Amino acid sequence: MRSAVRVLVGTRKGAFVLTSDDKRERWDVKGPHFGGWEIYHLKGSPADSNRIYASQSSGWFGQIIQRSDDGGKTWYQPGLKDGKSATNPGGIPKGESNKFVYDTSSVNGKPLTTHQWYDGTQHPWEFKRVWHLEPSLTDPDTVYAGVEDAGLFRTTDGGESWHEVAGLRGHASGPSWAPGAGGMCLHTILLDPANPKRIYVAISAAGTFRTDDAGTTWKPINRGLHSQYIPNPEAEVGHCVHKIAMHPSRPNTLFMQKHWDVMRSNDAGESWLEVSGNLPTDFGFPITVHAHEPETIYVVPIKSDSEHYPPDGKLRVYRSRTGGSEWEALSRGLPQHDCYVNVLRGAMAVDSLDSCGLYFGTTGGQVYASVDDGDSWIPIVRDLPAVFSVEVQNLP
Amino acid sequence: MIRVILPPHLRNLAHVNGEVKLDIEGQATQRTVLDALEARYPMLRGTIRDHLTQKRRAFLRFFACQQDLSNEPPDTPLPSEVATGKEPLVVVGAIAGG
Repeated sequence: MRSAVRVLVGTRKGAFVLTSDDKRERWDVKGPHFGGWEIYHLKGSPADSNRIYASQSSGWFGQIIQRSDDGGKTWYQPGLKDGKSATNPGGIPKGESNKFVYDTSSVNGKPLTTHQWYDGTQHPWEFKRVWHLEPSLTDPDTVYAGVEDAGLFRTTDGGESWHEVAGLRGHASGPSWAPGAGGMCLHTILLDPANPKRIYVAISAAGTFRTDDAGTTWKPINRGLHSQYIPNPEAEVGHCVHKIAMHPSRPNTLFMQKHWDVMRSNDAGESWLEVSGNLPTDFGFPITVHAHEPETIYVVPIKSDSEHYPPDGKLRVYRSRTGGSEWEALSRGLPQHDCYVNVLRGAMAVDSLDSCGLYFGTTGGQVYASVDDGDSWIPIVRDLPAVFSVEVQNLP
Repeated sequence: MIRVILPPHLRNLAHVNGEVKLDIEGQATQRTVLDALEARYPMLRGTIRDHLTQKRRAFLRFFACQQDLSNEPPDTPLPSEVATGKEPLVVVGAIAGG
């Protein structure tokens, strides 16, 4: 079987690599890699499909970054391949691929070392884990990392060392950012394929930000969001944005699943419009765009912010072919009774084969796939640990 | 020669089986042992103590000679049984998290 597509699955207890041919009917499942560790995210380089980065973490042992140069067959901590270690000038092995230190230097403006805590006091920024890894569109050695407590880091040496893109955290609103229930995390990074200097990020619970100068300065782009759970529902920051998505052919059009509300922007985030329309509930986590139809989007409605499961025990993906507002339920092949799993924000992705494949993973350990635009679904693996993230690679 | 027993996940990261044996120059303390451990196995940097503060990670403990040494200052000499290799220094992952 010649592999045409590779699905990368991060779970609560390890990473899994699933491959299939272009029919996507039979799947080969490899894993768990890093068994017992939480894998918040793994993602392949668009510039080299053999290069994959993974975020491996644990409450006991902290953060580890893993890298594969052979499509997920073997892994190593960057800088430590084959037992050889990159060294500091003194000859001391570096072992710094998991070193994420916030920049508090005066070079990047005033040092910013605190943010708002649950009780309203200021709290030091503390690195906890990497939520999201976004490899460069053109350079396999350059990767962005979104971390908790919210910050953006970048490596340009294949993950051997990481440096903060400090302008984001240094934005004047930084001290007012506050954690949501899941922590204060930078969970989404979108790189604009038409403009290498433009990057979008989303932070729970601060909102969405954009840079147009490759990370030096950032602006919040949350106008039009309305969040009743914050003192000023239309504040510049403080919104719990769960996920943003973009079609590469239309980088100025953004879609958002907010804590409540599905939104879209037609002007690179300058303003947002609600497109929840006829969804049964507009709470949810993931949102994604069809690979070939920039106005076809998908969400998974979840009952409420305190009941993280589908309405009526029925797992349904909703599709809009009009860029929002008009939605249809997709349920064929999905459990339609007694289903109380969740689909997390990073756990939905598409491939770009001629018939676009869609994939999502659940907290119950199933990964479902559709090869007919979402009309029907099959579980391609169904008994994994809780799924945190799903990414897809098209193989040459 | 110092003997160190690591929890399974760290043995996997370091690609070692069983005990780790380290030669220490000078006095054996938590700091000198961990320095030597990390120099030999740089993939363990940041997993036992924080990269920056060098503080022990909260859910790890250091046991030796049936004593909990976790809260001892890092430059306190380890028990002589550990320094001579008669007893191992045990890095333990706390039972936490369910």
